[in-house]
Amino acid sequence: MGTGKGPVIPNFGHGDACVTGDHTFCWSWVRQHWGDTLGPALWQHVELTAIAVGIGFAIAFPLALFAHRFRRLEQPLGALSALVYTIPSLALFQLLVPLTGLTLTTVEIALVGYTLVMLFPNIVAGLRSAPDEVLEAARGMGLTRLQVLTRVELPLAVPAIIGGLRIAVVSTVAIATIAGIEVTTKGLGFAIFDALRAPTPFKTEIYSAGALAVALAIAADLLLVGVRRAVVPWSRSGR
Amino acid sequence: MTLADAGNLHTFAAAFRFIGDHPGLLLTKAAEQLELSGAALGIALAVALPVGVILGHLHRGSGVAIAASIVGRGLPSLVLIAAFLTVLGIGFVNNMVALAVLGSGPILTNAYDAVDGVDRDTVEAARGMGMTTRQILGRVELPLAIPLLFTGIRVAAVTIVATAPIAAIAGGGGLGDIIVNQASYRLEGVLGASLCVMALSAAVFLALAAVQDALTPRGLRRTSVARTPWRKEQL
Repeated sequence: MGTGKGPVIPNFGHGDACVTGDHTFCWSWVRQHWGDTLGPALWQHVELTAIAVGIGFAIAFPLALFAHRFRRLEQPLGALSALVYTIPSLALFQLLVPLTGLTLTTVEIALVGYTLVMLFPNIVAGLRSAPDEVLEAARGMGLTRLQVLTRVELPLAVPAIIGGLRIAVVSTVAIATIAGIEVTTKGLGFAIFDALRAPTPFKTEIYSAGALAVALAIAADLLLVGVRRAVVPWSRSGR
Repeated sequence: MTLADAGNLHTFAAAFRFIGDHPGLLLTKAAEQLELSGAALGIALAVALPVGVILGHLHRGSGVAIAASIVGRGLPSLVLIAAFLTVLGIGFVNNMVALAVLGSGPILTNAYDAVDGVDRDTVEAARGMGMTTRQILGRVELPLAIPLLFTGIRVAAVTIVATAPIAAIAGGGGLGDIIVNQASYRLEGVLGASLCVMALSAAVFLALAAVQDALTPRGLRRTSVARTPWRKEQL
């Protein structure tokens, strides 16, 4: 499955003593290969994640509104999503390969599937979180069903929706690394996989790409926390 | 790449034929995967469960629980496995430790939340009846905590079993060996093993749901045992 990204020991480049001696961590390699390896991989990873969460949200949101309206659908949809969540990503990526090939579509279909499973229940839970008295009051004030949804239920659902987005983004960053195993050459996962399958695993690339993946997840999470603080300053729950 | 060219449903038929033709191989690999997962879950339980329960009992250290939940969710499994590989070398131990770290997140967080969240009045009442601390923990707090606590264990178990195939790239064995070795097993082998991996995870998920139902005290049965497991863990 050589994906044509260089020789057997990829990215070693014309290394200095640190790289050729396989020391624990070589800043020189990071500096030298930020432009051709780490930087692009990080950017591709951001893209993979953003597309997946974006599409996932675009699907999950109307679906959750639907389930909210027709409450009977919530149980079966919830059970289904719990089961989908158990599908190992390594297997799901491979099972899509005969259908959509070794393409970004394959990666995104699987990633979107996982984001759905995380977004849908949280959005539904958020819509459910409006207290009965509040709904009664809204109805008593003469609000129509649509007005209750847009002016009461949705604003109250925002913290839970952002909570769902946080799980989805952080998990997608993690799952997208798995796509780098034999499926795509894009993203930080491939950089790690590439370094792992070298005759001697290349530590610097493993550590730097891994640290970037973790940093990306944390940065995205903090960004969403910031969004929540800005949008719903009254919600103070942790995590 | 011959892979993408094979884009049709015959490939799936071939995958099922592969499963039919190689039951022995698949069973051996599945057993390897379960062995690795079991060992990792065992370590995670031994370390994270007491810590979570004791901290929850003392109502202290919520920071630890939050940190654990972040580790459980935010650390990509591939990063963990790759990083431990460089330290512990290729093989069983490296993967076991990586998977155990992955699994301890939800176990610790949920154990903490579950015990910490037991109604204080109930605990007071138990103390008023003259129960010792140990009795309160064993007869009041733990039984009441079981649904949420076991949900954490279930999330951890499913996460570990579902992540274990990735261990194959670091010499961990299991069904992942077939998935990442297309050169030997061809696409139908990769797909067949993928199907088996899926079935294995689903089986573990459902089996643990049944165990959880059985373990839950009857008075608590109607609380969301079979609902989506990670929602509670997160929010």
